Order: sequence, then C-alpha cells, then structure tokens
Amino acid sequence: MSQRIFITGTGIISCLGNNLQENLASLLSTKSGLGKIHYIKTILKDELLVGEVPFDLDGLFDLAHINPSDAYSRNALLGIIAAKEAYDHARVLENPGIETGLISATTVGGMDRCDLYYHDFLTNDSRNSYIDVYDCADSTEKIASILKIKGFITTISTACSSAANALMLGARMIQTGHLDRVIAGGCEALTKFHLNGFNALKILDKSPCKPFDRHRAGINLGEGAAYLVLESESALKKTGNQPICELAGWGNACEAFHQTASSPDGIGALLAMKKALDLCGMKPESIDYINAHGTGTDNNDLSEGRAIETLFGSSIPKISSTKPFTGHTTSAAGSIEAILSILCIQQRVIWPNLNFEVPINELHFSPVKTLINNANLNVVMSNSFGFGGNDTSLIFKKTSNI
Amino acid sequence: MTNKHIYINGLGNVSPQKTTDSGHFLQEPFFFETNQLKCIDPGFKQYIPSDLFRRMGRIIKMGITAAKICLQDAKQCNPDGTFLSPDAIVTGTGLGCIEDTEKFLTNMIRNKEEFLTPTSFIQSTHNTVAGQIALLLKCHGHNFTFVHRGFSFESALLDAITQINMEEFSNALVGGTDELTQNSFAITSRLGHWKRKPINTQDLLLDRQRGSIAGEGASFVFLENTKNSGTYAELKGVLMVLNPSSTCELSEKVKAFLELHNLSERNVDLLLLGLNGDSMKDRVYHELVEKCFQNTSLGFFKHLCGEYQTVSSFALWLASMIMKTQNIPTPVRLNHVPEKIRHILIYNHYQAINHSFILISHP
Repeated sequence: MSQRIFITGTGIISCLGNNLQENLASLLSTKSGLGKIHYIKTILKDELLVGEVPFDLDGLFDLAHINPSDAYSRNALLGIIAAKEAYDHARVLENPGIETGLISATTVGGMDRCDLYYHDFLTNDSRNSYIDVYDCADSTEKIASILKIKGFITTISTACSSAANALMLGARMIQTGHLDRVIAGGCEALTKFHLNGFNALKILDKSPCKPFDRHRAGINLGEGAAYLVLESESALKKTGNQPICELAGWGNACEAFHQTASSPDGIGALLAMKKALDLCGMKPESIDYINAHGTGTDNNDLSEGRAIETLFGSSIPKISSTKPFTGHTTSAAGSIEAILSILCIQQRVIWPNLNFEVPINELHFSPVKTLINNANLNVVMSNSFGFGGNDTSLIFKKTSNI
Repeated sequence: MTNKHIYINGLGNVSPQKTTDSGHFLQEPFFFETNQLKCIDPGFKQYIPSDLFRRMGRIIKMGITAAKICLQDAKQCNPDGTFLSPDAIVTGTGLGCIEDTEKFLTNMIRNKEEFLTPTSFIQSTHNTVAGQIALLLKCHGHNFTFVHRGFSFESALLDAITQINMEEFSNALVGGTDELTQNSFAITSRLGHWKRKPINTQDLLLDRQRGSIAGEGASFVFLENTKNSGTYAELKGVLMVLNPSSTCELSEKVKAFLELHNLSERNVDLLLLGLNGDSMKDRVYHELVEKCFQNTSLGFFKHLCGEYQTVSSFALWLASMIMKTQNIPTPVRLNHVPEKIRHILIYNHYQAINHSFILISHP
C-alpha cells in the first residue's frame, strides 16, 4: 500500500501578508495585493502593477530575525520567513529524531543582488560577499542552516512550476521511504532582471490581470515564498500533529511544444492533471475545485481552459485563478497556491477569480466570480505550468480516518 | 517498495576531452597550459537543427549533443535516424544557462532597461536544456531540473532512481550540464576558486597555488531497468552529505551507504576522487582515504575536465567506461591498479559543503 502524505504545517509570505493569518484575512476580504512598485529601482516603476511584499531588504531582515550585516538576497529572506513559519507550525523542533529533508524551488534566485552589484562583481572586490548569493542553491542552504536541517536537501528549478515540483518530489521521497518528514516549497523575489524579461516578452498587463476573461491582457508579476511540511504516517504518530489535509496526487508532464508558449490544446496540462488523478485513483468528478494556473495571458488561459474541458467534459468543477490576488509569483506560485487551495478546504470557501467579466469565446465555462462561503470541499486540484512546457498538477484532499 | 536493478545503458559526454568517441577512451588525453578548460566542439551542427543553431546558447548545444549521443549509444533510435523518446528527462546544473543570463543582464544594465529583446531571457532559465531536449525528442514525460551546486546532478540521479524503483517509468535520460564564461570565471576568481597563473593541467595535483582550474561539460547517462549487451554498469545508489562536521561523520555515512548495498569499504575496487588541486579543499579526500580506503585503488579526473558544479556527471561517464572496458586509463591512476573491477565509488565534494558518493557495480 502506498504511503499517505500528511500536511502538518504551512508558512507563507506574499503581497497579501507576512504569514498565514494575514494572507487569509486579505483573501477573505477579497482584497488584492497588487500595486505599484516601491522597492525595486526600475524604469518600469510607474508602468507596471506587481504583487510586491511591502518591505525593503532591511524590513525583511527584521521579519526574518537576521543580522542585516550578513550577505542575504531578498529571495533567501522571503524563503526563511515562510519556511520558519511552516517549521514552527508543524513543531519540527519539538520532534527531533525524524529523518527530515528540505526541498526548495527558485529560478531567479539571488538575482536582485546581481541587478545591483554585477558591475562591482566584474570590476572590484567591494561586493564579493554577494557573489555566492546569486545561485539558486543559496536560499535553500541558508534556510537549511537556519532550521538546522541536516538531511537531504536540494533545489528544483523548472520555471513557474518549480515549487509544485518541489512538493511532488517531497511526497515521493516520503513514499519511497527516503524521508519521513519534508519541508517543501519555493521562494521567488521580484527582480529587475525578470521584470524586464517578462516585459520584453510583452506578456505583462499594465492593469490588474484578468485570468480567463475574454479581454485578458497578460500577467502581473508577484513575489513571495511558501513552504509546507509533509509527514509520513509514522512521523505523524511521533509528532502527534493534527494533519491539515493530505497531498493525494501529483503529476508532471512536458508539453514539448515550444520553449515559452503552451500548445493550443493544452496537451501538457491535460497529461499532468490526468497523471495526478491516476496516481490517487480518482475520477475527474471527485475534484471539487481547481485553483488554476490562470496567468491572464492569451495563450495560457485558453490552453489550460481547453485541457480542463477535455478532462472534465461538461461537468467542470468550480475554478478560479488567485493570481489577481497575489500576482504571478513564478517559482513560488506552486507552493503559494497549494496553501491557498488548502485554505479553501479548511475554511470551506472558494476564492474568487477577481476582475473576471466576460468568458473566453472558445471556452464554455466561467470561473468563480465572488467569494463562495460554506463550500463543502473534499478534494481540490492546483495547477502550475512553466517555461519549457513544464506542467504540474497537485491534488489535495481532506483527511479522514487517520 | 523493492529496489529494482538500474543499469547504465548509454553514455554521452561533451567535455574538454575527446569523450564523444567511445572507441577512444582517453588514449591521448589533452593537457593545456591554462587555468580554465572549455569543451571541445564535437560537431554540434550535426546534432542541432540549423534553424535553431544560431540563436541557441552554448550550454544548450552542449546538452542536446550529449543527450543525443547518449541515446544513440543506448540504441534508442528508429531506423530512420529519429530518436525514441525516453520516459523521463532529468538534468542537473549549478548555474544553468549563465551565458544567456549574463547577456540579458549586461544589456539591461548597459541600455538602462531599454531596447531589450527576450531571446536571451527565454534561454536563461535553468530548465532550458531539459526543455529543449524534450522539445526535440517530443518527450512528454517527467521533466525535472535540479539546481543545487554540488548536489545538482546527484539529485537528478536520485530522482530518476526513485521513480524507476516506483515503476513510474522504466528508463530515464539523466545529465549534468554547466558552462564556463569569461565573466563567470572572472567573478568566481575573486573568491579564490581558481589558480591565478595558468598551469600545465597534467600537473594539477602538484601545483602549489590556491584554487583549482575551472571547467565545464555536459554528460548524460541513459538509465534503464533492464540490462542488455551494451550495458556499462549497474547504478547502485547515490549519497549526498551536506556540510559534514568531521571526517568521522562522513566515513560513518559512507560505511552505512555501502552496507545498504551489502558492501564494505574493502569491496570498493576503485575510488574515483574529486581532487582539484586546491590543497585546502583536497585535504578531506586524503582524510577519508586514510580512514576508510587505505588499500583501495584510487583515481582522479579533474585535470581532464576542470572543476564545476556538475562535474560528477563527467566522473560517472569515466567510471562507467572503466567498468565496461575494465581498464583504468593511465592519466586517471593515482596508485596501483586492481585485478578486477566490480565496484567503483565516486567521491566528490563542491566547496567542501556538498559531498556526494555515487556507487556503480559490474552488471
């Protein structure tokens, strides 16, 4: 029999708030976190709308309880804040002696320091302590060091599906008996580098994004971090934690269609969702809610929408994209949205797809427009798709009979 | 879950040596006067569609070429020359597509964020190599990229091993890729990673300067759950140790790892060490040998390929070739040569933080 994967802790920081409670409060008040850029020096400052965590680097040092004289990237600080919350929530420290790993995800990594110091890196020694802060592994090793994780650690980068893939690997490491407890998730800080990259791709919307709307015009980028603590059944017996819910299914597939665009029929998305359902032996009708990738680009929403119609036929579950709340947090999106999906089960709510007005011509469904209360949700699906056609779907279910 | 046998059935290695020609196993190794080693162009144009060639970053060319050579070697081709799609593609990279990243970053800084084109940004994401390989092979299977310094390739191997064991797939194309650029060399030189003056790479372990020689490469293995006449070795397992507090901790973990595979230190016929010529960093290799492998045959390889985050993928190519040919090329040898080679252990560390062991056995 395959191992069950219990979620026993969550931690999140986003433009909606610095911790789980603040994020929940913003979501319940249906207040978007999008706004103008305040903390990144860029000529796009007044042009773009983003989901920025409202602190400068010093503010994040404070939140993370770290000495600001040390070399940290914005990314690592976001990661530490969220991972520490999840770690405390699952009472990891009080329950030693359980084989624990850390699987984190990021893509832009410590690029914020490169934005500022690249010229110094090339010409003088004044910023040498920031050189090692650049790569993707830096934030993971810093989190591991602060949380004193000595077991398996690694970092995944598959663009915007990265954090979902970290959760998937974490679940598999428990199933195969490599680990009993895993802290998994992702972090991504806004940088001048990827703001300009997405801007050059001409897929950023200058007004609030409108996923699944006929007049959608692109993405608002966001930043943040989110981590979940996964425990095996035997770890759960030791910790005595009350599981929040279970990670029941996961699937990853590659579109093999185009480096950045999704295929018109959403073959990758369809395969990922199918694999996730197959893995937990569920039928499409078991899904009560889909937290869609729904970026607000022409291409993604049509492609994802078609894949969903192919899989679910005429009985499409309640669906929404929460990116109008948080912005597209790229490598962190998978774990941020995993937590938002889990909150739906816990709080018996469905988050609205803000800014939606008119359905897409080619599609036959509309997302949820206003907050739904008293929703009885047992199983929810969360989608994350990335550059390179890297598509991942996760399924969370309410825990019954432990 | 029962552990399946996993075999290395194909190799593809683009490196600073002539490693793409399997008939030529380091018979005439190249040595240079340098402190950085770059890959030889094994004829990238043969492997990459001409419409893509011009805009494609060098690491992507290296990765695709190594991947295709690996699939050819594993006989994963149709009669018309097209490739069979593997069940999964898993890669590891330390810095990813650093050349394209630098290109976009430099343009952005120089042009003050104006007049930017997206090509180098698109190609800058770390999963570009795995994504492009999937695109060319039309592979819809599992596609992961690990980006954790000296654990990048090791994590990719572990991911593939785990899923083959879970029977999620029966084969996987697994590789490590890293490229060296002038800027990344200059920047990491500030941290004392590289020897200041060029050396004869043959004398890597004799040179007294601080640091090592920088390198790069793209090396893939084709893993399968069945063996055939072309099998190189059985891949037994991978161990990663983060920042061990002492050689004792390290040796205990290695012993436990070997025990898990019903082996002891004495069963290791060849230990390939990641010695890189930086005496500070090399000390731990000598300490582990002193503690556990005093009578073991030893080999090294970084004078052939340089130091980089996914260098263990070069080492796995080397170990697999040694296993199949039962021949340890002269430049690799550090001491006596064993009579028969049944088990090879690779021990590498990156900056003394990420320590890894890869174990292969005679199939």
